[in-house]
Amino acid sequence: MSIRTRTVAWSVALSGALVAVGVASAGIGPVSIPPATVAKVLLSADPLPFAFDVGRTNRIIVRDVRLPRIALAAFVGFALATAGTVMQGFFRNPMADPSIVGVSSGAAVGAVATIVVPYALPFGLELQGAAFVSAVITAFGVYLIATRDGRTPTATLLLAGVAVQTFLGAVISLLLLHSGQSIRRVVYWLMGHLGGTTWAEVRVIALVLPPLFLLLLLYARDLNVLLLGEEDAHALGIEVERTKRLLLAASSVVTAAAVAVTGVIGFVGLIVPHAMRLLVGPDHRILLPTSALAGASFLVATDTLARSGPTEIPVGIVTAALGAPFFLYLLRSREVTGL
Amino acid sequence: MNDGPDPSGSFAAAPLVAAEDLHVGFGGTTVLDGVDAAIDRGAFVGLVGPNGAGKTTLLRTLNGTLKPDSGTVTVDGERVHDLSSKAASRLVATVPQDTTVAFEFDVRTVVEMGRNPHRSRFGGWSEADTEAVERAFEWTDTRQFADRGIATLSGGERQRVLLARALAQESPLLLLDEPTASLDINHQVRTLELVRELVARGKTAIAAIHDLNLAAQYCDELLLLSDGDVAGFGPPETVLTEDTLGAAFDANAVVSRHPVTGSVYVTALPEGRRSDSRAQSGRVHVVGGGGTAARYLYVLDAAGFEVTAGVLNEGDTDAEAARSLALDLVTVDPFAGVDSEAREAVETRIDAADCVLVADVEVGTGNLPNLRAAADADSVVLVEERPFAERNYAGPEARDVYDELRTRGHVVDPSAVPAAVAAAIEASASDGSTFQSAHQSPTNGGVAGDDSAR
Repeated sequence: MSIRTRTVAWSVALSGALVAVGVASAGIGPVSIPPATVAKVLLSADPLPFAFDVGRTNRIIVRDVRLPRIALAAFVGFALATAGTVMQGFFRNPMADPSIVGVSSGAAVGAVATIVVPYALPFGLELQGAAFVSAVITAFGVYLIATRDGRTPTATLLLAGVAVQTFLGAVISLLLLHSGQSIRRVVYWLMGHLGGTTWAEVRVIALVLPPLFLLLLLYARDLNVLLLGEEDAHALGIEVERTKRLLLAASSVVTAAAVAVTGVIGFVGLIVPHAMRLLVGPDHRILLPTSALAGASFLVATDTLARSGPTEIPVGIVTAALGAPFFLYLLRSREVTGL
Repeated sequence: MNDGPDPSGSFAAAPLVAAEDLHVGFGGTTVLDGVDAAIDRGAFVGLVGPNGAGKTTLLRTLNGTLKPDSGTVTVDGERVHDLSSKAASRLVATVPQDTTVAFEFDVRTVVEMGRNPHRSRFGGWSEADTEAVERAFEWTDTRQFADRGIATLSGGERQRVLLARALAQESPLLLLDEPTASLDINHQVRTLELVRELVARGKTAIAAIHDLNLAAQYCDELLLLSDGDVAGFGPPETVLTEDTLGAAFDANAVVSRHPVTGSVYVTALPEGRRSDSRAQSGRVHVVGGGGTAARYLYVLDAAGFEVTAGVLNEGDTDAEAARSLALDLVTVDPFAGVDSEAREAVETRIDAADCVLVADVEVGTGNLPNLRAAADADSVVLVEERPFAERNYAGPEARDVYDELRTRGHVVDPSAVPAAVAAAIEASASDGSTFQSAHQSPTNGGVAGDDSAR
């Protein structure tokens, strides 16, 4: 079977799974709604010509309360898994995740500072905007630190990322010390959350993500060649440094768009690409779309778990609690030497 | 890729690769210091030289990975370093030294990556791509691996797959970095055979090869790098000489012809044989034959003695050994007995020698004159692994000659030869040093010596 056929088959199947998980998730909550009713609500949405009578309450619960949250979870999961796949390939390192170059730490500093420091932000930035901007600035700073004479060795980049993350961790701790009344908000943000989502919050990532994902998909073949090592990649006609810059920039912006809205949700970008690599192989032409779709389903499902308990818990706790044991299982059951 | 400025055909006569005054350095260390080389189309050039001479650096500069500090590389009329990575990789394909691929790509995917230089980001897979990949499979005999994971292949198979990937690039020039380094002898030979076939199909190949003898056997020309400069470039026999090897490798090497392949054959000898570091002094003449003396020739030579040998038949194992050690040697034709000319030549050497070593040699009428000549020696050391009676094919006459040698000389164990020779030389020096020096001059003018010794 050709790579294209396999990619289409897997993508169709995973898209179906995402829709199924989404419909199920929209039915789960304090008010239980059967899947058929959920489907009717969805099909009655504005541009569609259907008009089912599902009742006002159901429509509000599904369309205005649960669906924005599900959509955000799907976009964020999609984004984190995409960025994680690219980063693992880029660094040729199985432990790489979307925030390896400090994106999440940067976002966290921006967000926490906005909460703690009682000054108005310039340019009318809100918390999410501040988080996004500081995430991108951090990634760019790490890139500059690791670059010399136009070359950015990935090992240097990795270490610079670790160092900057540690430094920003100290900044966050300091801000926490002085957070006073707002500490609950800060901690909640840091844990990663999807609660209280409105359609407005979905809009930004829905605009940012698709073009960047398509761009990364166009570079899937280059990413494959880069896996052979930079020397080989160069010998096979890849402009190594330029390609690395582009991959790094695109995946950092994708990650920043996600974590700025939801805070730091760990493990999605680490686990999902790993699991998909075991299933479909290392070829990014199939790995990238399937990881992204699986990441979307994964985060929708874990967020449903997070909010269906007696009290809602931040989704970051659920992804880590489920992800870490799964990761250890992979580690033990398969040799994860290469990736 | 042949849209060069000159379509008339005179272009083809120009060398495919021209490196001009290449200087390459890393952080203050100069690695290539003014390399010039012009390589013709259809040549298989072996890049040889000691570790650290800059072989890999030269390859990486030729394929555009490293930018030279000064100088240019031209391939097919284009300056490699002015081209995009994509355009350069349509001219130069590289087979890396490290063939491990950390990811479980299947072989077909890996070979298809060789088409990357010919594909646009948005373009699909074309008929030409399929043809190039299938041809690469065919030429390297790797199609049977196409659906297997690259990690499941052996080192030699992976090598061929990466060669196939390079062929899929359809570049005129192939670079190979130590293609034989991690392979067993069988795969080393198969790999170089394969490269030679590809050259016969029209490729030009430059391969860094650390094994001088494999390089000499398979390459049309060798480029010897030493200290970042070209120390020799041309057919193997002109590049691999004892002088150039001594200078380039700082090693003690002997160059001969391989008896089977006929190619130049280099044998490296341990330290201590060179004249400037001789530990022992004195002349030893060795009487042997049939391989009985090869070891002693080597050991005595390594110990620093000036060793002569003979009379031996051409083609005899001991004669070959003496030749590869570049010793002064008296020979006669295969299966011929010692004639008077040879006898005279060997007597001259025995006169000049401080000591004669008689190995555990089988004696017939043909080589009996050797024993007779040895009777004139200043001192005699004999090695007996078998009783003389078992190896005497020349009757009582030979027994008498040998018995006389035995009474005059010392019979020693094989392992005691160097020590016994040293002792014998010391003893004869204290006996009659004037006698010995009086015999020094004729040795260089031996009649047979000029004819049959190398």
